[in-house]
Parts: sequence; C-alpha cells; structure tokens
Amino acid sequence: MTGMEGRPTRPATPSASATATVSGHRGLAMEQPLIFELDAPGRTGVDLPAPPPVASRLGALARQGPIGLPGLAEPQVVRHYTRLSQKNYAIDAGLYPLGSCTMKHNPRLNERLARLPGFADLHPMQPTGTTQGALELIDMVAHWLKVLTGMPAVALSPGAGAHGELCGMVAIRAALEDRGDARRRVLVPASAHGTNPATAAAIGYTVDELPADARGRVDLAALTAKLGPDVAAIMLTNPNTCGVFENDIVEIARRVHAAGAFFYCDGANFNAIVGRVRPGDLGIDAMHINLHKTFSTPHGGGGPGSGPVVLSAALAPFAPVPWVVHGDKGFRLVETGEGDAKPFGRLKGFHGQMGMFVRALAYMLSHGGDGLLQASSDAVLAANYVLARLSDVMSAPYPGPCMHECLFDDRFLKDTGVTTLDFAKAMIDEGYHPMTVYFPLVVHGAMLIEPTESESKDSLDRFVETMRALASRAKAGDAAFFHEAPRLAPRRRLDETRAARQPVLRWRPTAPPQAAE
Amino acid sequence: MRYLPLTEVDRRGMLAAIGVPSMDNLYQDVPESARLKRPLALPDHQGELAVERALSELAARNLPASAVPSFLGAGAYRHHVPAAVDHLIQRGEFLTSYTPYQPEISQGTLQYLFEFQTQVALLTGMEVANASMYDGATACVEAVMMAIRLTKRKKAVLSGGLHPHYRDVAATLARYTGFELDMAAPDPTGAEDLATRIDGETACVVVQYPAVFGHIRDLTGLAQACHAKGALLIVAVTEIVSLGAIRAPGDMGADIVAAEGQALGNGLNFGGPYLGLFATREKFVRQMPGRLCGQTVDAEGRRGFVLTLSTREQHIRREKATSNICTNSGLCALAFTIHLSLLGEAGLRQLAALNHAAAVTLAERLARVPGVSLVSDQFFNEFTLRLPKPAAAVVDALAERRILGGVPARRLWPERPELGHLLLVAATEVNTPTEMAAFATALEEVLR
Repeated sequence: MTGMEGRPTRPATPSASATATVSGHRGLAMEQPLIFELDAPGRTGVDLPAPPPVASRLGALARQGPIGLPGLAEPQVVRHYTRLSQKNYAIDAGLYPLGSCTMKHNPRLNERLARLPGFADLHPMQPTGTTQGALELIDMVAHWLKVLTGMPAVALSPGAGAHGELCGMVAIRAALEDRGDARRRVLVPASAHGTNPATAAAIGYTVDELPADARGRVDLAALTAKLGPDVAAIMLTNPNTCGVFENDIVEIARRVHAAGAFFYCDGANFNAIVGRVRPGDLGIDAMHINLHKTFSTPHGGGGPGSGPVVLSAALAPFAPVPWVVHGDKGFRLVETGEGDAKPFGRLKGFHGQMGMFVRALAYMLSHGGDGLLQASSDAVLAANYVLARLSDVMSAPYPGPCMHECLFDDRFLKDTGVTTLDFAKAMIDEGYHPMTVYFPLVVHGAMLIEPTESESKDSLDRFVETMRALASRAKAGDAAFFHEAPRLAPRRRLDETRAARQPVLRWRPTAPPQAAE
Repeated sequence: MRYLPLTEVDRRGMLAAIGVPSMDNLYQDVPESARLKRPLALPDHQGELAVERALSELAARNLPASAVPSFLGAGAYRHHVPAAVDHLIQRGEFLTSYTPYQPEISQGTLQYLFEFQTQVALLTGMEVANASMYDGATACVEAVMMAIRLTKRKKAVLSGGLHPHYRDVAATLARYTGFELDMAAPDPTGAEDLATRIDGETACVVVQYPAVFGHIRDLTGLAQACHAKGALLIVAVTEIVSLGAIRAPGDMGADIVAAEGQALGNGLNFGGPYLGLFATREKFVRQMPGRLCGQTVDAEGRRGFVLTLSTREQHIRREKATSNICTNSGLCALAFTIHLSLLGEAGLRQLAALNHAAAVTLAERLARVPGVSLVSDQFFNEFTLRLPKPAAAVVDALAERRILGGVPARRLWPERPELGHLLLVAATEVNTPTEMAAFATALEEVLR
C-alpha cells in the first residue's frame, strides 16, 4: 500500500530474508573482524619521532623478526572498539539484575576524580613527602570502612574480593600459628561463592561443607556438631547467597569463638546492610568488602576490582604490608612492618588499587552516612518488591523478606520443557541482562535477582511485567520460543562445548600457500 | 540524592505492595542486639561540586610525575597513552558491564579479551595467554604455583634480579600454601648463576627480564639447565614495552611468562589498578589460573567468543580449582589492547627504540657526574647507578628540586644496607633532553 506520493503507508511484513544483508551488518548491529584481520604492514595509529642515534646496549638480545602485531590507523582502532562496545550489555543501557554482583550505577564523577593528575600520575615509589594527599586519601578510605563496619583495622591492598578472602584467611592462619594452634579444617556453607572453598583449599585447609536448613540459612545444629578443636574458621556470607540474613549470626559467632575458631565473613553482600548493621557488632573477625559492588567502582567487564579486608582486634596485628600511618611528620607508608605488628607478608605489588580508592571515596562522600543508609534500604526494598510481585508466578524456595536480592528456583518451570537457562536467554531478547543463574547451588535451577537501588519504580515495574509475561508463556507450553532464544542479540546461543573440547584461545594467521617444490 | 531514583511516594507504594508497614519489617531477621540504633559518625551527603573540591584538594597535595622530570621505574612506568585509549575504555558498554557470563550480549568484552590473549602470546613469544590477573606480582606467584602443580615438586628458585615485591608475594604464598623458596641474594650486576641451584626438587626458576636492576641476560642457557633437570623456567617481565626491542622470553625457552602490563595503556595510579599478564605453552593450558576466552560458533554458525575451560576455575571446581582468582583486570586489559592496537608492529618497535635511546642517553650522561658509576651493562630503559652518597637522601634532595630522580634500592630492600648507594633509574619516551639535562645538573649539585 502506498500513498499518493508513493510513500509506503504501512510497513512491509518482515520476512526471514529481510534480515539477510550484503554486508553482514544489521542496521546498527555491526559485524567486526578481529584487529589481526585489519592489518596492513607498516601502518600505525601513533606518530613517534625517530629515535636519536645511540650505541645500543641491548647486546645480542635485540629482538629479531616480526612480532606479528597488526598495523591500524587511529580511525580504524576507534571504530573497531566502538563497534565492539556496542555488542555489550551494560548498566548504562539497562537493568542488570545479576544477583551477588551488585550492578549498581557507576557515577561519572568518580571517573573524573580518579583521573586527576594528582592521583593518576603518581608513581608508587615516589618519596612519600611528594604523595601526602594520596596517603591521606587512603587513610580516609580506611576510616570510612572502619566506621561503616565497626571494625578496628583494615588491610587495603587486596586486588579483588577473592584476593581479600585470601588476605583474611591467611591472617587467620597467621594468628592461629602465632598461638601455636595448628587447626586444619574450615567450615563453608554449601551456598557459598566458589571462591570461599577455593581460598581455604589454596592455603592448605580442608574444606568441610555445611548444609543449609529449610530456610536457606546455616543449620545451627549441624554447625555445632561440626565445630571442634581442629576447626580454624567458618567462612560465611552474610547476607547470604540465598539473599537472606543469617538471623542466628550472633549465636554462630559465639559458638565459633567458643570453639577457638575465627569467623570469616564474605562481604560481597555488605551493600544490603550498610548503615544499618555493623559487621563488628556481629562478632566477625575478618570481612572483605568488594569496592566494585558496595561502593560503585565500575566492574569494567570483569575487573579491576578491589577487596579491602576489615579485621578484628585479634587479627589486626597480622595484617599484610603496606599500610599508612599518620605521625608528626605527616603520613607515611609502612612497607615492612614496625612496632608490635606481625604482618603475615605482602599480597600484591605496591599499595593497593588506588584508582579504586579514589572512586570509592568519591561515592562515600557523595552519599554520606545518610545516603549510604538510604542506598542499602532502597536496594533491599527493590528486591523485596520484585519478590512480592513475582512470587505468584515464579517459585521462591524461601519465604521473604529477603535482603538486597531475591532467589527463585525452577519449580515454576516444572513440566514446561523450559530450563532456567532457556528462561534467561529469553530475557535477553526482551532487553534485559539475565539474573545470576544456577547459583547458589543449594536450590535447583537457581535464579538470583538483584535489582539494586539504581532502578526507578517504573523500571522495576517494566521488569516485573516482562518476567510475569515470560513465566506465563513458559507455562502456556511455548517451549520452542525459549529454546530458540536469544534471537535478537548480537549472537545466538554459542557452542560452549566446542569451545572447551577444541580450544581456540588466540588468533593465528591462516597458513600461507605452500610453495611449489 | 542524585544516585537514587526512588521517591518517597514510590517507597511507600512499594512497601504497601510488599505488605509491610516499614523498612524495619524487611530487616526483621537482623538480631535486635545487632541493629544500629543511631546514625554513624559520618558526614551527610554532598553535591558533586563539594566532593570534587574535597578530592581535588587532596590531589593538589601530591607532586604528579607528569608535572616534573620523573625517572622512576622499578615495576611501574610512565608512558604516553594516546587519547583514544581513555576515550574508548570510558564507553559505558565497556566500563559498566560485568564478567561476560552471558556471551550473546558480551561479545564486545569477549572479542577484545581474545585479541588481548593473542597480543600477549605474540609479545611474550608464548603459545597461549589468559585474560589477565591482578598485577605482575600476583601473576608471578600464580606461575610458581602452576609450576608446582605441573612438576609435583615443592621448590622454587628466585633470582636476585626479581622485584622484591614479587619475591615477597611469593614468600607469603610459599609460607601459607606450603612450598619452599630458594631466594638468591640481590644481584645488581647480573652475575648470578642460578643453574647451580637447580636440583631434582626444583619445580621452577623465576628470573626477571629485564631484571629489577635493569640488566638483560640471555636466558637460553638457564632454560636448558631447567629443562635438563625437569624444572620450568618462569620469566617475569615488569616493563612489557621492552619486548618491542628485546628477544621474547618464549624464544629463549621460557615455560611461563608472568608480566606486568601497566606500561601499555595504563597510568601509574600510585600502584594500581594494574594488570597481570600470564602466558604459557599450549600443553599446560589446563593448569593455567584465571579466565580464558575461546573462539566458537553460534547456533547460526557465526564466529563468536565465550569464556572457556572453566572447569579449572573456582566457580565450577570450588576447592579443587587451579586458583581462587575470580576477577581479572578487564578494563586495564582493554586499555592495554587498545594502546597496542594503535601502536601496531611498527609503532611498538619505534616506541621501544625511543625508550632504549632515552635510557642510554641518560645513563651515559649521569655516569659522567663525578662519583657516579653505571652498574648495568646491557639494559633496556632502566639501569642502576652507584652513587657516592646514600641514594635515599639524594632522591629526597632531588625531590626538593622538583625532580623525581629514581627509586633508591633501599626502598625495595630495606634489609640490605649494602645496597644503600644504589639508585634505580628509568627513562622513557616522555623524558625530554631538557629533563635529562636538568636531572644531571641537579644530581651534580646534590652530590657536590
């Protein structure tokens, strides 16, 4: 149908061939080769002066032959990575409800401040007289973290959450060895992040799994039965990965301490309780804080993170080097230990993730004590709202209230032929990043939703309506719709089995044609 | 509060939909004794302008290396980073995405990780590389632990040319994960013979190239000595730009290369965040730590990328994982990859040549200062000087003249008074002839 001027009056009916294009692009969805496939020898995206002539001091070690790096000019590089970026989902683009990952808004002020030359252009080994502002900033971050957690000490150097776990668990082992106590067993709930048992095992502990009770919490009786003189520590996430607060936590801490063991808390979910509960008041000995979760430093596609560890008075003397102290000559760095300290060693080069400290402090100052409390409250409110609005069409294994994330299992998909993974892939077509799936391991087909405090009520309502519609569609027997999802993403489902069985982990040039003999 | 979209009306409506009167009901599981009854002793929220003022004031109390002639290296290097790098890594689709667990909507991150892995393998002369570690020091100890798994032996020999932070991180893990270290004494001249330390219990030898003192040595013989006794050679590289000028570790027989990638694409940032590079031989890949990206196809047969071989990793294997590492340094790896893409083969070679020329020029100039001698013979962009006075005091005096004149060896080896007169100096493409002249003049004054 066309109008008088020949303009179509209604869109043509889409057909399969409508999405096939000559270029392979689909509108704004651009296909992009690897940079190695864009190479022209000799081309470069930088203009550097010719080096002055000097007598080489490389000896016989000068590199011979090509490295194999491709040559591209700046416009090509900018276009290449711009196109790649457009193949990513991001918080900036939409609700990102990955449970336990805390995909909250990343304020751009933090990015600007981290790039101030007074922070970004500081060499870690400059004389400390030239870095007083940086050392004070580190001291301020330490102060905020200690006040928020009610803990007396903090080790700032760990590079990420799992690195913080390593720091806390080594501190525990150092404290036990210091009192001549060779305990060998660590209790870890079945619902724990995989990093917990991996960390305990890495430093030589035997991991003993604690079952969850019918409420998704540590079974206090089972814990008590497992406690004994060989137990070094319990590693407990609180709020836990089922999204609920361990309501026996004070009693757990009492029993753990009575047995002579330490209490490590995985602080991945601290964002639910900031300003409302101080881990120090729960009897915790060590807890890492993911600055990239609770304090909004960007996840950056998988790092860099930052995992400071707050420590109790019993563990504080064993904190790793370095740390910052304030004396009569200003701030200084303690890089080998001093006084009564018995540092267990060093975990990382230099002084920690300074760039992340700047961002986290900007976030803390922006929110203030009042705003941090409001942020954790809003996160918990949003998760409970989603739980309340989805409970009748999906299946929640544990009753609410939840903390900052709500957990569903796959009972609501029973006999539909749709799995948790299928359901997640259908969300992609609807414009949502899926929630965390198949974790925690203690429920079948887990779906862990963490909406965060960054979403408006409208955004939450649209998400809820989408989830309800998908749940209805699954129950209506339209399994094929789910099996084929996603249809509208930059890629359909990828063959992960093939990737693992025939690993291709780098680009290689296609073999040049064999010369004729 | 600018980061919180919910209004009071929204909050009341949501509580009503949940069916509770107040937020306190949602926190009912918190034991009464553990609930905070009063606000914390922290300031209230502030606007962007106020926060910017507060942190800018702190930043202003530092002396940035970019503001003065600066010659510090020792594991962190100042290079010119092209403007496009920071622009691209700040695209929200990169900055605010998570680990690519849903590959269909993470192809951007996955493809650059695949490109990154390829670049790292090419630079180091190895077959495969992972998607990055926290930093060079943690990558190095992960390499040692991997060698211990592969050889089922318990001892690592560490070169006296290894950065003390790398050595200390290894020592911490050695003590608490249960392996032995044989640590050679600091080796400013590159004269050590590590081959004699290798025996049937040795899992690996770790050597830094260029060494922390700056010198470079052919590692072929050491690799052969390792392999003859069933040990692995681990090569640590703290200045990755060097590999644009000097032979690749893989070319000399390295089994694992553990490197710091900061020098490409990433600023000094007072020590972090940086990125660890980790490369090895294909046959060892199933013992590698960290994330790996691999190529595959989608349901329509189109090329795509996924995280793979995750049965090595903690989220699948839990206590049997090859490492507890979860996070990599994704955004730092992206900066590295973009910078190296801009440089390309020709640009990297040129950049490395400029660095070497700057260091040779500076070393020769400083060695003419009365009382100063050059300790390093062969080097890339970093070298060691012997001063007639304790280097720490000299560096402080230079800083008063607004010159950041290197890293005193005692800062890295406080337990070694015999290194007191040694100064580690680096020069890169950012250091001008004027800066070098100023450094030499100031050093003459300070030593006079």
